Amino acid sequence: MEDVKLLGAWPSSFSYRVIWVLKLKGVKYEYVEENLFNKSDLLLRYNPIYKKIPVLVHGGKPIAESIVILEYVEETWPQNPLLPKDPYERAVARFWTKFEEHTSPTFFSFFQSVGEEQERAVKEAKELLRIIEEQGLGEKKFFGGEEIGLADIAFGWIAGWLRTMEEAVGVKLMEDDRFPRLQAWIENFKAVPVIKENLPDHNEMLAYFKQRREMFIGSATS
Amino acid sequence: MEMGVQLLGYWASPFALRIKWALKLKEIHYENVEEHLPDKSPMLLQYNPVHKKIPVLVHKGKPLAESLVIIEYIDEVWKHNPLLPQDPYQRAKVRFWAKFADEKCVPTMFKAFSKVGAEQEQAAKELRENLKTLESALEGKHFFGGETIGFLDIAVGWIGCWARMNEEVAGVNMIDVEMMPLLSAWFQKFLELPIIKECLPPQDKLLVHTKEFHKMLMAALT
Repeated sequence: MEDVKLLGAWPSSFSYRVIWVLKLKGVKYEYVEENLFNKSDLLLRYNPIYKKIPVLVHGGKPIAESIVILEYVEETWPQNPLLPKDPYERAVARFWTKFEEHTSPTFFSFFQSVGEEQERAVKEAKELLRIIEEQGLGEKKFFGGEEIGLADIAFGWIAGWLRTMEEAVGVKLMEDDRFPRLQAWIENFKAVPVIKENLPDHNEMLAYFKQRREMFIGSATS
Repeated sequence: MEMGVQLLGYWASPFALRIKWALKLKEIHYENVEEHLPDKSPMLLQYNPVHKKIPVLVHKGKPLAESLVIIEYIDEVWKHNPLLPQDPYQRAKVRFWAKFADEKCVPTMFKAFSKVGAEQEQAAKELRENLKTLESALEGKHFFGGETIGFLDIAVGWIGCWARMNEEVAGVNMIDVEMMPLLSAWFQKFLELPIIKECLPPQDKLLVHTKEFHKMLMAALT
């Protein structure tokens, strides 16, 4: 059995995606916490192109980009599959996983900007959440159906990170009762044992996000 | 007629071209439905309500969007002439590089085409660096897929054709033969393959289209 190493960083949601999937599949791995403000030689060697976490190293061979990693883990350890067998359903899951990637700039903008730029981001973010809820999730319990799947893992940051981001920024995107199905999905997702046991501490994350928010406001207004 | 395969595309779209190449390599008969962009047909809006973009593949009445997701679907449904490698690590590598090309090369290429002056120079420089990085994925092979073309070849092959057009119209150097000799050679070889060449949009028509598009973008700058 070749050794598995995960280079990650608290509190990155990208890092947690890989943790969740490795644990869901019962894969033993060694976790290496990276300091993103002082990246290790190991990280720079294993991901010279992006110099980012997460990086999975299996038998000495590195893989970067969280979704690419998840597909690799799915193919290498097929137990507790993340993707259905049917090719069409697989493609739909991949479509929503890709959609999640498209949403990143909007949510970054929401967190990092101020004034008019932020107002635009807030409007856009709410529209994206609406699409995710109505077209992605629909009437299903999870994006994956009855069980969590690849798209649920990709959207996992909404369950574990969005509320904290909203608190740090002081603006609510998911106002009460406006997104009932997405809200229900958040509760169901967080109730999955592997997810429940592997979420960053709320208070620590809030302190960290507040600090980052201060920094972004500072550079936006200076 | 292969059990109802339709491709909603646009003649000048590199993303639709990827799908045409995939379908061609798999010898799948399909109906090409040409969208008359910028007008979007009710069919397109119905089949891709999220992005409202081509390409869309419709198989047995079920639509799929996102070109790379579509190619993976095609590879899974029609198993002959495989496009992706069998080995999970090799699959991870081609997915990583396809993502890199889309995320790094596409925006910088557009910027180098649509801007002028220092901004254009900077974008072109970045694009050349990204293409140089992409070159390393060849690993000294004839094609990204090895002895024969595969997923990554058809994912990035369009760059060779469009870059040539963009260079001529915008007066900017994108594929620097000295800087990236292997990639340059690969583009030439790839685009000369009969199966690839016959799907390319008519070059004279594409040149006119590119010139018109460029004119529009330049007007928007002032």
